[in-house]
Amino acid sequence: MKRLRLLVQLLFTIVTNGYAYGFLSGKIYRGSLKYACVPGLNCYSCPGAVASCPIGALQALLNRQGFQIPFAALGFFFLFGSLLGRFVCGWLCPFGLVQDLLHKIPLFKKKKRLPHHHILKYGKYVTLVFLVCVGSMFLFGGYAKVPAFCKFLCPSGTLFGAIPLLSANESLRGQAGGLFLWKLGILLGIVLLSIKVYRPFCQYLCPLGAIYGWFNRFSLVQIHWQEALCTSCHACEAACPLALSLREISCSAECIRCGKCVDACPQKCLHFSAKKADTAHE
Amino acid sequence: MDFWRNSKRHAWILGALAGILFLVLGAAQGQLFVIWRKAVMICLECIGIG
Repeated sequence: MKRLRLLVQLLFTIVTNGYAYGFLSGKIYRGSLKYACVPGLNCYSCPGAVASCPIGALQALLNRQGFQIPFAALGFFFLFGSLLGRFVCGWLCPFGLVQDLLHKIPLFKKKKRLPHHHILKYGKYVTLVFLVCVGSMFLFGGYAKVPAFCKFLCPSGTLFGAIPLLSANESLRGQAGGLFLWKLGILLGIVLLSIKVYRPFCQYLCPLGAIYGWFNRFSLVQIHWQEALCTSCHACEAACPLALSLREISCSAECIRCGKCVDACPQKCLHFSAKKADTAHE
Repeated sequence: MDFWRNSKRHAWILGALAGILFLVLGAAQGQLFVIWRKAVMICLECIGIG
């Protein structure tokens, strides 16, 4: 499962960022695939990106004059969320993959959570409401509204968009200033923290994780627990990189469906299922 | 009780249908074009310039 997941993560990242010409020329893909969104946090200014970012799409719709319900963005959230929930985070998000790989670096004593996790985990909802929604509706840069989350926080945009584009495009490089340094600082902070703490951006800041987490309880993809086979050995809880309890696995908004609990269970009572669990998770 | 349990089991279908409906509504209002137009221009804010 561990190797399969890594393979899926790598393949999905490569496929959704496969516009190789963009990396060489310092330009971005401008084709019709960008009418659609990929499920994960994937900056559409990445030179390789072949589709749009769902959070970027939401902000683009909220940036318009007046307020209209962003149906298109909601459509992508409901579709991906209802089918997959935070399986997207665990298996399909490029920035999630980056954090997973960083956490494997053998430096620092590893921690699953930050102190005061029970408070900090709501940070992603604060990001969603105040930066993504309120910020995009009311913050102006000049005469136009700005995508506030993308502008002030998103580390995926810095890593996959800014760094490759500025490396290949001299005219853009000349325009980088204080805002770029701010975003680079945030990226570096998250990179360093990811080496010690498991997926800190996903746990505490990602607005997309906040949205998909809401769908975890009823998404099609679940991790099913067969209570009759369980011996309460807690191997699943020990294996969970997010320190979730057995009863939180799959249905908690924090579960990213990485499948480490499935691999760890000696009785094989946990498995991925496309049917709703009918035991203690209800 | 069974009715609510079954409703919860099939809630994903309602969610997926709602997603499709929202996409259709969004497309009808030209929102997909708005997304595309933003995505095919380099987002200066996203890369720390704008």
